[in-house]
Amino acid sequence: MENLVNIFVRSVFIDNMIFAYFLGMCSYLAVSKTVKTSVGLGLAVIFVLGITVPINYLIENYILKEGALAWISPNLLDVDLSFLSFIMFIAVIASMVQLVEMIIEKFSPALYSSLGIFLPLIAVNCSILGGSLFMQERDYANIAEATAFGLGSGVGWFLAIAGIAAIREKIKYSNVPAPLRGLGITFIITGLMGIAFMSFMGIQL
Amino acid sequence: MSDKEPLFSPKNIKLLKEPINKSNPITVQVLGICSALAVTVKLEPSVVMAIAVIAVMAVSNVVISLMRNYIPPRIRIIVQLTVIAAMVILVDQILKAYAYDVSKQLSVFVGLIITNCIIMGRLEAFAMGNKPWPAFLDGIGNAAGYGLILIIVAFFRELLGSGTVWGYPILEKTGLYSTGYVNNGLMILPPMALITVGIIIWVQRSRNKELIESN
Repeated sequence: MENLVNIFVRSVFIDNMIFAYFLGMCSYLAVSKTVKTSVGLGLAVIFVLGITVPINYLIENYILKEGALAWISPNLLDVDLSFLSFIMFIAVIASMVQLVEMIIEKFSPALYSSLGIFLPLIAVNCSILGGSLFMQERDYANIAEATAFGLGSGVGWFLAIAGIAAIREKIKYSNVPAPLRGLGITFIITGLMGIAFMSFMGIQL
Repeated sequence: MSDKEPLFSPKNIKLLKEPINKSNPITVQVLGICSALAVTVKLEPSVVMAIAVIAVMAVSNVVISLMRNYIPPRIRIIVQLTVIAAMVILVDQILKAYAYDVSKQLSVFVGLIITNCIIMGRLEAFAMGNKPWPAFLDGIGNAAGYGLILIIVAFFRELLGSGTVWGYPILEKTGLYSTGYVNNGLMILPPMALITVGIIIWVQRSRNKELIESN
């Protein structure tokens, strides 16, 4: 149990998707103009990450890994399908995203219209595929750990986008040099936030 | 084609040139930043990454453009991702075979080309509605614009952060260290990539006033 909490906290603060790996920057920069939409997108990301990472964990461990097919028959012990992992992961992610898109369209049309093009882009939100790839690289011991990692990464992403959106709402009232307005200043603020988040790096868990 | 258009008509040249500056995918369209920043600590992986993206993008743009009339809109994302993923697997296997060290350095970021929003964004916005040849040029142009920013960022980060260019210790050779100069370790850390891109945007927009946002 303690282990799960560790993985969760680690992925929220220390290995934060945005500040440590720059994953999911595209939608992060484009949707962070108001707090309301960015909270919606952040929740969608938590949800999708929380589902896809465990599903991909199962696929990785029972189908793709070397020897993973042994549960079907011992003859398959040396089959290694791991080169297929990209395409399998992305297929799972894309179908989950399409599902979420349909659900949101049905139950919250307002959120659907404000997220606009960025809902389908969750499928290409690098943090989602990145979550699955890091899960593969770090070799978590069981599905609970993988889920904790997925949810933690989602929460970390949510925190980052909610934070930048709040700052951007306030920055409207400041006198930013004209060429820096909009995108430029957002990059620089994200950099500064990243430096702040680096202070978590020293924590030993 | 009913009206024969020359292969390099002004319109097609524009497709190729515009994304490099005026509608640069990174600094103007805000696409593909995800993988752009993490690989830019050194020049070499960035160049490899740029080449990989150009290859994936040109081919997948053409493929999707050829298939554009047969893809049902509801499942277009899955189709597009499958095409891109197949290309990326090829690139990944080639890199592992011929440039293993670089492939190790790039780690998960080769896989993340799949979700590079530039590729997806251009497929959605351009290849789905255009013929293969313009789609090919659009792919090359956008990927080149992306690669250009990648290389600029990597050049400054490597020069200021580790004092080398393409692994060659240029600052040591010019004798700068004996005057008391020290490498700026902050440049190697992730946040400085963001700030470098911010500065590139600043420079570009102060030269090109029409790109300035209202707020």
